[in-house]
Amino acid sequence: MLKTVSVKELIQQKKQSTSSTAVLEKVVPILLFAAAFISVLTTIGILFTLIYETILFFREVSILEFFSGTVLRPLSPVDPQFSILPLIMGTLLTTIIAMFVAIPIGLTTAVYLSEYATKNTRKILKPMIEVLAGIPTIVYGFFALTFVTPVLRDIIPGLEATNVLSPGIVMGIMIIPLVASLSEDAMNSVPNAMREGAMALGATQLEVTFRVVIPAAISGIIASFVLGISRAIGETMIVTIASGSSKNFTFDVTQSMQTMTAYIVEVTSGDAATGTTIYYSLYAVAMTLFVFTLSMNMLARHISRRFREVY
Amino acid sequence: MEYIDLHAVQERMTKRLFLNKLIKYVFLGAALFGLIVLAILLYRVYIDSIGWINFDFLNNKLSTSADRAGIKGAIVGTIWLMIIVGPVTMILGIGTAIYLEEYAKKGRLHSFIQTNISNLAGVPSIVFGLLGLTVFVRLFGFGSSIIAGGLTMSLLVLPIVVVAAQEAIRSVPGFLREASYGMGATKWQTVKNVVLPAAIPGILTGVILALSRAIGETAPLVVIGIPALLIPLPSGLFDNFTALPMQIYYWTIDSVLVDEYANLAAATIVVLLVVLFVLNSVAILIRNKFQKRY
Repeated sequence: MLKTVSVKELIQQKKQSTSSTAVLEKVVPILLFAAAFISVLTTIGILFTLIYETILFFREVSILEFFSGTVLRPLSPVDPQFSILPLIMGTLLTTIIAMFVAIPIGLTTAVYLSEYATKNTRKILKPMIEVLAGIPTIVYGFFALTFVTPVLRDIIPGLEATNVLSPGIVMGIMIIPLVASLSEDAMNSVPNAMREGAMALGATQLEVTFRVVIPAAISGIIASFVLGISRAIGETMIVTIASGSSKNFTFDVTQSMQTMTAYIVEVTSGDAATGTTIYYSLYAVAMTLFVFTLSMNMLARHISRRFREVY
Repeated sequence: MEYIDLHAVQERMTKRLFLNKLIKYVFLGAALFGLIVLAILLYRVYIDSIGWINFDFLNNKLSTSADRAGIKGAIVGTIWLMIIVGPVTMILGIGTAIYLEEYAKKGRLHSFIQTNISNLAGVPSIVFGLLGLTVFVRLFGFGSSIIAGGLTMSLLVLPIVVVAAQEAIRSVPGFLREASYGMGATKWQTVKNVVLPAAIPGILTGVILALSRAIGETAPLVVIGIPALLIPLPSGLFDNFTALPMQIYYWTIDSVLVDEYANLAAATIVVLLVVLFVLNSVAILIRNKFQKRY
């Protein structure tokens, strides 16, 4: 026997289910937008905390002293002085050393992978180099302090137990995969027709690389350098562990110096009481760090967009 | 009459070809440099940790005596941290990605959020630590608890999940959506039943990579004041906790005072690297196994 169904009931059912779907259709986009807005809130939160406390800091310390003095003595009970220059110096030196390691090795690695390596070598080598990027920076810090520094001290007699050289080198190693992988992407996107054209004129692989491929990919390569610098400026654990906490203003890389990031770590782990000048100096330093890295990142994006060659 | 000096040409050619070959090996050497350092690093850590990793080390709580010190607290703390970071980044990250890819009109707001996310990805992790300290620890009064650490870490790794999920969603071909609409499905039904299931492998890969980043990240934890002292095992979201990288940090800086601490740090590094290795292998497995081509 056939089961009888009332059409009226069916319509009723359909109506009910449609209304709940309709509500869902309206609510879901709002929820999804709320999720997306969290990232905007995060940026607002970062900017607000940094700017607000930085303003409080500059009420107590003059901007001139902060950016032109050379003495950082936050803990001195008699005459505390706040100047960021020693920290900028430390950051600058570690970054320069890091880039001296990361740029040549990263770039040649990229050239090898994109121009010389066979498909199979590349398949094995590339992921292995990228493993370097996945190692936590705390492990690099341990490596710098317990291995690289002792080795360097055997070579350079005057080297202090904490110094700028060793964390700089280790930081450079950490950044190699970033430079290598971004530069390789840039070189890979150079069309083969250009290589073949040069080779047909009798150029060797080396000449093709330096006269054709690198000039064509230069925007991507420079962008990778700038991103590497930004990464080096913001890196924290390696320098905190291996570069020490002396607030020196010097060019001598064998000495212990503090970077901006290491200063933030020192102050926050030292339980600076809220409302003290030291506490506010934390945010002024963080603000400077933030401005540096943000402008580097934006510069990198600008370079790769503005100067991208279209083939 | 000869117009070209064949001998000179030959000489020049030999030079150029030789240089080409030489440089090839120099470049190969440079490419191997990173790997050699990696090998030395792993070997050093392995040597330092020999004899220190055993069941007691994994199961003992922290102790001031190096012989009896263990990392149970750090392991439990890291698991607690993941209990927050996992769900929070998944919900926020996938939600953001769906919004950007499926719902948002490609206009100013869309590109603003997109730019914002890529900028956040470049902000140093220590700045996120300061955000966590100011907002979660002090303003919300969470203290240096699991929830404060977890939320800070979630915001830090959020861009990784968003970017991965966006790519996964984008690679779901349009005809699947059209077929779903053609069957009379609504937009959310299409997203939920067609797009998300197809994109799930890519999304999961991103989530796992984000988790492994969160497990190894130290700077934000130091800034929000996560201790590595003798504290009881956490039992709730508002308890204090410590994590593996914090343990490594304290033992590393104190290794200057007590030699054995370097061994303890090395042993903890081995544990951390094994965890990361397993997580990354799972991510690669998922990607290879479920990678679909349409």
